[in-house]
Amino acid sequence: MGTTDTTAIGRSDGKRSGFRKSLMTLAASVMLATSVQAATPSTAEVNTTGLAVTDDTVTVGILHSITGTMAISEIGSVQAEKLAIDQINASGGVLGRQIEYVQEDGASDWPTFAEKTRKLLRQDNVAAIFGAWTSASRKAILPVIEQFNGMLYYPTFYEGLEQSPNVVYTGQEATQQILASIDWAVETKGAKTFYLLGSDYIWPRTSNKIARKHIDKLGLKVVGEEYYPLGHTQFNSVINKIKLRKPDVIFASVVGGSNVAFYKQMKAAGVDFTDEKPLLLTISVTEDEIRGIGGENVEGIYASMKYFQSLDNPNNKEFVAAFKEAYGDDMVIGDVTQAAYLGPWLWKAAVEKAGSFDIDKIREEFAGIEFDKAPEGYVRIHENHHLWSKTRIGQAQLDGQYKVVYETEELMEPDPFPEGYQ
Amino acid sequence: MFDGYTSSELMSIFAMQGFAGLSLFSVFVLMALGLAIIFGQMGVINMAHGEFMILGAYTTYLTSGFFQSYLPGLFSGYFFIAMVLAFFICAALGALVEWLMIRHLYHRPLDTLLATWGLSLIMQQAYRSIFGAREVGVDLPEWMMGAIPVTEMVDLPINGLFVMVIALSVAVGVYLLMYRSGYGKKVRAVVQNRPMAEAVGINSAGIDRATFALGCGIAGIAGAAFTMIGSTGPSSGQAYIVDTFLVVVFGGAQSLIGTIVSAFGISQAQSTMEFFLSGSMAKVLTLLVVIGILMIRPEGLMALKVRR
Repeated sequence: MGTTDTTAIGRSDGKRSGFRKSLMTLAASVMLATSVQAATPSTAEVNTTGLAVTDDTVTVGILHSITGTMAISEIGSVQAEKLAIDQINASGGVLGRQIEYVQEDGASDWPTFAEKTRKLLRQDNVAAIFGAWTSASRKAILPVIEQFNGMLYYPTFYEGLEQSPNVVYTGQEATQQILASIDWAVETKGAKTFYLLGSDYIWPRTSNKIARKHIDKLGLKVVGEEYYPLGHTQFNSVINKIKLRKPDVIFASVVGGSNVAFYKQMKAAGVDFTDEKPLLLTISVTEDEIRGIGGENVEGIYASMKYFQSLDNPNNKEFVAAFKEAYGDDMVIGDVTQAAYLGPWLWKAAVEKAGSFDIDKIREEFAGIEFDKAPEGYVRIHENHHLWSKTRIGQAQLDGQYKVVYETEELMEPDPFPEGYQ
Repeated sequence: MFDGYTSSELMSIFAMQGFAGLSLFSVFVLMALGLAIIFGQMGVINMAHGEFMILGAYTTYLTSGFFQSYLPGLFSGYFFIAMVLAFFICAALGALVEWLMIRHLYHRPLDTLLATWGLSLIMQQAYRSIFGAREVGVDLPEWMMGAIPVTEMVDLPINGLFVMVIALSVAVGVYLLMYRSGYGKKVRAVVQNRPMAEAVGINSAGIDRATFALGCGIAGIAGAAFTMIGSTGPSSGQAYIVDTFLVVVFGGAQSLIGTIVSAFGISQAQSTMEFFLSGSMAKVLTLLVVIGILMIRPEGLMALKVRR
């Protein structure tokens, strides 16, 4: 590579006088933008930290599970990230450089995620990592990516309570999914009682904690709260309990294979969701999950997401068409897949605004970065590294798609440490 | 927790809850029988049992696709054919696995544990490569979905009833095979005293292969039946293996009656506790009770009394 020396100098320099350096870069990028728009900036200029950048390429990493139990969820994200990278390359790349990627397999095993992150950062010197899906894998990556100062673009909606300088969260944190959807159920459906049901791990528990506080604040009632082990397949008892308590809303965050069992058994127990008695509101069933559950088993349920494949806007139509062209007509696109698609684009925008691939310079520029070509509409990065985005409610149809019935007027502010909800 | 409910409401809830317990019981019986047969006769714990079940589920998926495309008129009856196919495909693979792998590892129980676990990983990844990592949706004929409304509050799930019928038929079938047939007599002889059985001319290697195939075939039937109530994906089998193992060990290694009694006990305890507690707590308590009983009776509920 031959840039080892400059790396060391650049790193220590960056720590001591980050402010002056960023001023200089800003000045440099303004000059660049105004005077030599077309020319590609030299590699020495845009890469002072030894990243894998040459005069015409830049290397990034993709780190998801393509084997093991999580492959079912993560493969959509890999596809979306590759599609975004291809599209960026077709439109001229980033700072005049074509993106190349190194793909590693996290194999649904959390220590492997940490190890592969180390490999991507130390051996491949990637300029960005698009990856991780579960919170457990993100937590495994976190110490490594902070130690070696990389940048992770994390696509999944998650529980919040985290804000790393080395992660950009392109999915929603919990309040962005929950607050508006409960308000919607109360205002338009007149819901008064809620039954909270989830798989037993951090995301459903944190989400339900927030939901419960919000329901309490509205002066309404939670009539049951339950957790089942991951992979649980028998829900007959809880279905009886729900029938006995007669809640207005079942607020469900069951995940994985349990999802399939839960909805099939609800249907078999004579519950027709289209009657909305009770109404089922979920934060965990995207179009992707419906493929495994079967449209006839979930017809009529409501989901709170920021993205649905059926969104009617020009960006999304283009995105869906491109996705299907790349991966086949029978593909479905869920919320997380769209969030993964945003990763490379947001990275490109930040790099171009900073005029550099250097992580420290990009970080300075994140707050306020906009992307108006997002399939979900317009998004903007908040200074807490999460995205401003809308909350939408969709109703599941027999064909496995959602029909959007509601969206917030304003973008919802990301609030990973919500006060009063802890 | 029962304040403010009328007695008829309570009656119907208890009826439904009883049904839930029974349907969990039949699920457990279906899951555990195949494993119990293999474990009981050869002392081999087949860690790939869940994957054999999922093979049955994928067979059902393919059969349903085939009927939809080529024989849509007969679609409502495809499920029975799928179950028969699932049995034979899983049994054939089981026999092959026994021949290639298991028979070299008898008398090394820990190694069979590892080897079958490895087999389960290979099978999972094979499903992933062939069918894709996503779960597949198995289409069911209309008559198998929904519920029979008995009273206004009591609905009996049709798929639950169906699983019960299958579990009962399989259990009766296994009983007849084990206690009323020549093959069963040989199996029991091998279980009780392998060297003596061999001495009187029983081909114990052949019996082993047939038993392993039978156990895998029953797993296939179970897998086909569970497409009605659970998911069909490369790693769905993992969800069943722990419960299955629990039922078999708790019941006593070499006793089929023990397996059934233990399935009944665990399912009733589980579903009753799930009704009064949260799901995770119910599971914890069930496991604690099982551990407690196993400490008192290490052989399981029904140990076979033989002179060693």
